[in-house]
Amino acid sequence: MKDREMELKEKKEVKKAAGEGTRPGPVFIPAVDILENANELIVLADMPGVESKNVDIDLRDNQLTITGKVDAAEGEKEVSLYKEFNWGDYFRQFTLSDVIDQGKITAKMEDGILRLTLPKVEKVKPQKIKVTAT
Amino acid sequence: MAIVQWQAPREGSEIDRLRQEVDRLFNSFLPGTEPFFSRVYPALNLTEDADNFYVRAELPGVKPENLDISVVEGRLLIRGERKASTESPEANYHRREREAGFFRRTIALPARVAGDKVSASMKNGVLNVSLPKAEEAKPRKITVKAT
Repeated sequence: MKDREMELKEKKEVKKAAGEGTRPGPVFIPAVDILENANELIVLADMPGVESKNVDIDLRDNQLTITGKVDAAEGEKEVSLYKEFNWGDYFRQFTLSDVIDQGKITAKMEDGILRLTLPKVEKVKPQKIKVTAT
Repeated sequence: MAIVQWQAPREGSEIDRLRQEVDRLFNSFLPGTEPFFSRVYPALNLTEDADNFYVRAELPGVKPENLDISVVEGRLLIRGERKASTESPEANYHRREREAGFFRRTIALPARVAGDKVSASMKNGVLNVSLPKAEEAKPRKITVKAT
C-alpha cells in the first residue's frame, strides 16, 4: 500500500427503493472494510461529514443497518462555483450470521470513519485442536 | 494513474486557445454543467460568498498533520496521505473497499485571495478551506451619480 497514489472513485448512490429515507437528497453507499479476527468481526465504513450523534445502527433479524446523516457544510449565502461531488446521507445493510454476540456490538465514529466491533459468541471462537500421535 | 505536472497556461498559446474553444463548445452542448470531472483525488467543491471562497473535500480518516495545504499563484494545492488502518496482522479481510495512499490536487481559484489569511479545518473527515478574497476581488457597489 505504500507510495500509492490515490485514485478518485465516484460516490455510489443507493438505488431507490432500498431503504428510502424521508429526507430529500442523495443517499450513498459507504466504502467498507470488513475484517475478522479470532474474537470479533470489525466493520470500518467511510462516512465523511457524519457526526457521531447522526449515526444510527439498527440490528434486527440478523440484519445490520448502518445509516449516517450528513448536515449541509455550506453556509446559506454560499453560491456553488464548481462541484465534483454531492453531499448526501449514507446507508448500507449487511446480514450477520448467528456467530455474533448481538448484545455486545459497539460503534465509534472518528474522523468520518465508523468503526463497528461485533464480538463473536464464546462457543464459536476457534479452539486449537491437538493432534495426538497414537 | 500517470502523474502530470500542472503547467500554467502560457498566455495566448495556440494549444491553450484550442483547449478553451473545446471547453466552450462542450459547455454549450451541456448548458448549466460545470467543467468536467477532474478525475483526481480528492473530489473538490468550490463555493463563494461575498467575502470568501470555500473549498471542501471529503477526506475520511485523514489527520490534519498528514495534510499540506498551500496557495501558490492563484492556485490551491492540497497534498496529503491517507494511512491504511492499522489492524492486527492476524485479521482476515472479507471486504476491502477503502483505499489508502498519497494524493495531490490543485485547483485554480477564480480570483485573487489574501494568501496570508487562508485557513483550513478538518471536521468529521471533511476538509474545509476558507480563502478570504483579496480586497480588489470583492464585489464593490458603485453608485451612479446624477449630474
